[in-house]
Amino acid sequence: MRTGTTRSVRQRLLSTVAGFGALALAACLLAPVVGSTRISLARVFDRSVPFAENVDAQIFFVARLPRTLAGAVVGASLAASGVVLQALLRNPLASPFTLGVSAGAALGAMLALTLAVPVAIGGVTAVPIASFAGALGAVVIVYLLATVRHRGLSTEVLLLAGVTLNAFFSALILFVQYFADPAETFRTVRWLMGDLDVSSYEPIVASLPFLATAFAVFAWLPRPLNLLALGPESAASRGVNVHAAQRAAFFSASVATGAAVSVGGPVGFMGIVVPHLVRLLVGADHRLVLPASALFGAAFLVACDVVARTALAPLELPVGVITALIGGPFFLWLLVRRR
Amino acid sequence: MGAAHRPGSPGSEGAGLTSLAMLILAAGVVLVVLRAWAGPATGPPAQSGGPRSDSEQGGDPIRGAPRRIVSVVPAVTEMLFAMGAGNRVVGVSSFDTYPPEAAGRARVGALVDPDVERILALRPDLVVTYASQADLVRQMHSAGVATFDYRHGGLDDVAATIRSLGRRLQTTGPAEALAVSIERRVAAVGAAVRGRRRPRALLVFGREPLALRNVYASGGVGFLHDMLAAAGADNVFGDVGRESVQATSEIILARAPEVIVELRYGRTLTRDEVRRERDTWNLLPGVPAVARGRVIVLVGDEFVVPGPRVAAALERLARALHPEAFAAPHR
Repeated sequence: MRTGTTRSVRQRLLSTVAGFGALALAACLLAPVVGSTRISLARVFDRSVPFAENVDAQIFFVARLPRTLAGAVVGASLAASGVVLQALLRNPLASPFTLGVSAGAALGAMLALTLAVPVAIGGVTAVPIASFAGALGAVVIVYLLATVRHRGLSTEVLLLAGVTLNAFFSALILFVQYFADPAETFRTVRWLMGDLDVSSYEPIVASLPFLATAFAVFAWLPRPLNLLALGPESAASRGVNVHAAQRAAFFSASVATGAAVSVGGPVGFMGIVVPHLVRLLVGADHRLVLPASALFGAAFLVACDVVARTALAPLELPVGVITALIGGPFFLWLLVRRR
Repeated sequence: MGAAHRPGSPGSEGAGLTSLAMLILAAGVVLVVLRAWAGPATGPPAQSGGPRSDSEQGGDPIRGAPRRIVSVVPAVTEMLFAMGAGNRVVGVSSFDTYPPEAAGRARVGALVDPDVERILALRPDLVVTYASQADLVRQMHSAGVATFDYRHGGLDDVAATIRSLGRRLQTTGPAEALAVSIERRVAAVGAAVRGRRRPRALLVFGREPLALRNVYASGGVGFLHDMLAAAGADNVFGDVGRESVQATSEIILARAPEVIVELRYGRTLTRDEVRRERDTWNLLPGVPAVARGRVIVLVGDEFVVPGPRVAAALERLARALHPEAFAAPHR
């Protein structure tokens, strides 16, 4: 998939997006057809049977399609956020979960799960709402810490504050869990493993405005990120408004992560393995890495979710376990093979 | 279960949630692997199982009837009070709420966090522990305190544990009477539902409020499964050799339960909350139970504590499943 250097970036972008886009599209089209139950596609789209009586259609439209869409949205968001944060922090180990956003989201979700708040706004229940609120809270705290003593954004303080906040929120999560009864503890721990069985479209739809905004910013980011990779000083000397670019990168990645986690939980490995895998395939240019990672992230998470819901059916496997089990060894293999 | 998952510490400052998630993932992987090999695994509600074997500890010197008992197992606490030994109970778990007198006893932690110091400070001569609390058992034995090891099991094990407890407490008469009364009531329910059509039922013991996410249902082994069978229904997950199953919407649609019984505990629900939770199932109109309005929400801790209230819990469950069988004055 590595293309020749003679071709222009535009051509490479087209072929990269076409290739990874086809992969994502194939995953999204195949996933709802595959499952532990045999369903007839003819019956799924048979309008002569009322929906309430058409179990095949319900399995397709209520169980599998929302899962597939959730997987695509969450996978694309986490992978793209990973790319952006790795570039922003100039640290290959950075992930969407590095800066405390997911820990904030997890704390919100833990509280909603433990208190079992019977609240829903427009079909979105307390857990996703609380988790998104927790994510935003963490973003604001980290940002204030990183800017209070500096003009602009200090990525070093950002990293340290984020990592510390992560540990602090994790401690609070354990604290909350410790006082929950064992059944609740299991459910909260299960949330941390990621779960895409959303059973309705509302949580996905509710996340879309935030994700659309974040991705609109992502579309503008590749060029500044490429220059930031050379260091803030040289980026500034080439006309990049460093602080504005860093702020845009931080907020867009954080909002995308928070929205994604509110839909599917903190699915592990997506934001770190997918970007590196894609870099091994297309090189380091963010104009290619960012869109390719988003598309590959979508395809990868959708595929992992198919494994999660079929491998041991009727038992459901946590999708975060699958992403780690498949992503980890595959990434290591690519690493060893390429170097 | 909870103990297996709970990481010891949140990790160093460089780790944070990633390491927490990794730890939990690792624990999850280990669990999945263990379950694949070990067959039936204990399900989430740690209090939902019944006792299986409750052997008097081999190495324990049995020195007369225990007078000062600490119980970290709510089901056994209830048994002790029900067999008239409540006055000997000096300490209970963090989760004990029944009978009300038990709530007044000293709290000594629970399954994952037993407080050894507080337990020893109560100078007990018998400590009721979960069999999985190996550390606690060892600490008690080295302090010269006898233990009664409780294991999760099925419905039949409730009476068996009561009898074994009675022998240990040297109050076999009241214990036997309690065990027999439970067995009689269970048998009466069995007689009432015998010969009736057994609906295919989904027994849910936990999910997110107002959403069909994180739905956990009884698998084909354990106390809840036994309750469902004794109440005259066939568990849709009867073929799954585990205590708990995460029931995804696809699996629920595919298994097509004719009745959905949802257990709520820990907190009472208002009538309106019960109605809204029942209506949540309308997301899956193709499930026969939903189409026929056979979604039953039962609220009460007795459904998840396999203690002496099992008979009452079973009667409520059977009445909900077979109202016609109990229409006439119940014997």
